Amino acid sequence: MTAEAQQVARRGAPGSAGARDAMASVLRVAVPILLALAVGGIILLVLGKDPLAYYGYVARRGLLTWGGLQETLTRMSPLLLIAAGLIVAFRAGIWNLGGDGQFLLAAVITAALAPALVGTLPKVAILVACMIVSAAVAALWAVIPAVLKARYGINEIITSLMMSFLGISFANVLVKLFFWDPSTTVPQTRTLPVEERLPRLFDTTIHSGVLIALAVVILVHLMMTRTAFGLKLQVVGANPAAAVHAGLNVPWLTIATFTLSAALIGLGGSVEILGVFGTVRADWNPAFGLLVVPLVFLARFNGYAAIAFTLFFSALMIGGDSAARRIGVPQHFVLVLVALLLIFLAVVEYLDHQRRKRIGA
Amino acid sequence: MDSLLTEAFLTSLLFGAVTAGVPLLLAGLGEQVSEKAGVLNIGIEGMMLFGAYAGFVAAYCSGSFALGFVAGGIGGALVAALVVLLCIRYGLNQIVIGIAVTLGMEGLTALLHYFQFSRTYPRLDLAPAWALPLLSDIPVLGRALFTHNPIVYLAVLLVIALGWLFRATYIGLNLEAAGNKPAALDAAGVSVVKTRAFAVLATGFLSGIGGAYMANIGAGLFVPFMTGGAGFIGIVLAMLARGRPVWVLLGAALFGISLAMTTALQVAGINIPTDVVQMLPFAMVMLVLVIFARHSVLPPALGLPYVRGER
Repeated sequence: MTAEAQQVARRGAPGSAGARDAMASVLRVAVPILLALAVGGIILLVLGKDPLAYYGYVARRGLLTWGGLQETLTRMSPLLLIAAGLIVAFRAGIWNLGGDGQFLLAAVITAALAPALVGTLPKVAILVACMIVSAAVAALWAVIPAVLKARYGINEIITSLMMSFLGISFANVLVKLFFWDPSTTVPQTRTLPVEERLPRLFDTTIHSGVLIALAVVILVHLMMTRTAFGLKLQVVGANPAAAVHAGLNVPWLTIATFTLSAALIGLGGSVEILGVFGTVRADWNPAFGLLVVPLVFLARFNGYAAIAFTLFFSALMIGGDSAARRIGVPQHFVLVLVALLLIFLAVVEYLDHQRRKRIGA
Repeated sequence: MDSLLTEAFLTSLLFGAVTAGVPLLLAGLGEQVSEKAGVLNIGIEGMMLFGAYAGFVAAYCSGSFALGFVAGGIGGALVAALVVLLCIRYGLNQIVIGIAVTLGMEGLTALLHYFQFSRTYPRLDLAPAWALPLLSDIPVLGRALFTHNPIVYLAVLLVIALGWLFRATYIGLNLEAAGNKPAALDAAGVSVVKTRAFAVLATGFLSGIGGAYMANIGAGLFVPFMTGGAGFIGIVLAMLARGRPVWVLLGAALFGISLAMTTALQVAGINIPTDVVQMLPFAMVMLVLVIFARHSVLPPALGLPYVRGER
């Protein structure tokens, strides 16, 4: 049967094809996750730990206890904002891997600015001002890689990583040389009093930054899928040469995307300080940047799916944290899981691609 | 400021520069081979880290530094074999797999180290050094540049050897064709997949040795996450060197000096946060990129899997 005939045949049975497609997309996500958990389990076995006990403990601690669930939801806010930033960039075909530097710099700026402003402005104004200034600083940090990419076509993976290392060190320099709270022995910025931070939701320990993060992810998703700007970015991402021929200003779009991506990641850093920590200690670096990359891929750059995976991953992180203390499997195991997830994701994608090529779709 | 120019300061600065620069040199040369063949090897950081771990464990258990380097090279090549299988043989996305390899090796080596040594960090004995006859008698420079582990001299010889390989051999031509026009190489009857696989394995081997050098000679111990971005610097060095091994050597020397600055300044009793000095090499690369941006040339087929008959 020719490819055309096959397509006609499939169009003839829309219900079953739709069901098969839905099934396929569930499999594309579920298979990599299960394979990663399985291989991770084998590694645990080799190291002499009981994988079922480990996964069971992680799930209980991360999702099924009230305290753990609150921690998990709180952890989602920086991850979601980073995911939003990555979705913008990746959809436009730009590899912004400098997230850690952008995140940390924004966090330090917020931690320096917020306590200094207390008393001068109403609380809401301080919170908003901190978020805007910090996001702008993060965006600024991405300007050099953005211009190098847009103007000279220099690989942005390398430059954004370099700027990330620079940003991490620079954030430490800022804390140690300029914003060190003299009343502390270990270098850290002044602390934003708890009552001045982002308000908590109802009676929980979850701060309202989670809502901001959810709103931003959804807005970004709508922007990328429903607006002309988003469509232009997608064209640039899918085929830069075609975008040039279509008359799009590719260099400008590249710079706009890159800085917007960095600004969103920076917002994540700012919200984490305004919501959770209130201060930045020197050498603090949660290194969320690269960890969110596989989630965004799993979600296929879809904002709603990213929310679901972020929940899953937050639970894994929070559960993994306590498992490190209770079961004696270091937190580093989560890194291994993320790596396995990326690999199996790519493999399943490849197999899916081959299958489609075979059936000629 | 007088203390900056004493013999002891200069010796420790240059000696440290060599120690810090050699892993970068090996990683940069390795990455250069991959990039020439059209493979963007982002996973080099993971290869270095696993090389560091394997090299350290081998040296720790056997007491032989030479064995440590061999194990480091093999360790790096094993990680590279995974990249070969996934990216070269099956054409999966090199960036995704590269990130996976780096993250995975960060996690895996930290886990293995934890289960093997718990929270202790055992040290190796001082590594043997070869003082080159005559050269090592030069004041300051002799102690700083010509009294090192033999692997250092081998690494410098490798610069010359690779220069010759790229310029004057069929292997070099094949590598370049694999990066510039893989279809032409294929038409000439040489397997693109094999050429690239060879390149990536060589990258893994070299960067693994670089990692082992970092652990066994540079630090004398293994610490999780110890490569700290050295692999990424290697990628940048390779990018800027435009296929010329000598430029990788110069770049590695530049980076080595700015990394060694931290310790040297502390020896001289000047106290600034180490972060300031750690920024130097990265700031330097960005500066170089901004100034020479137009000149960093990459092979046209870089990062693209080769599928016969597809365009």
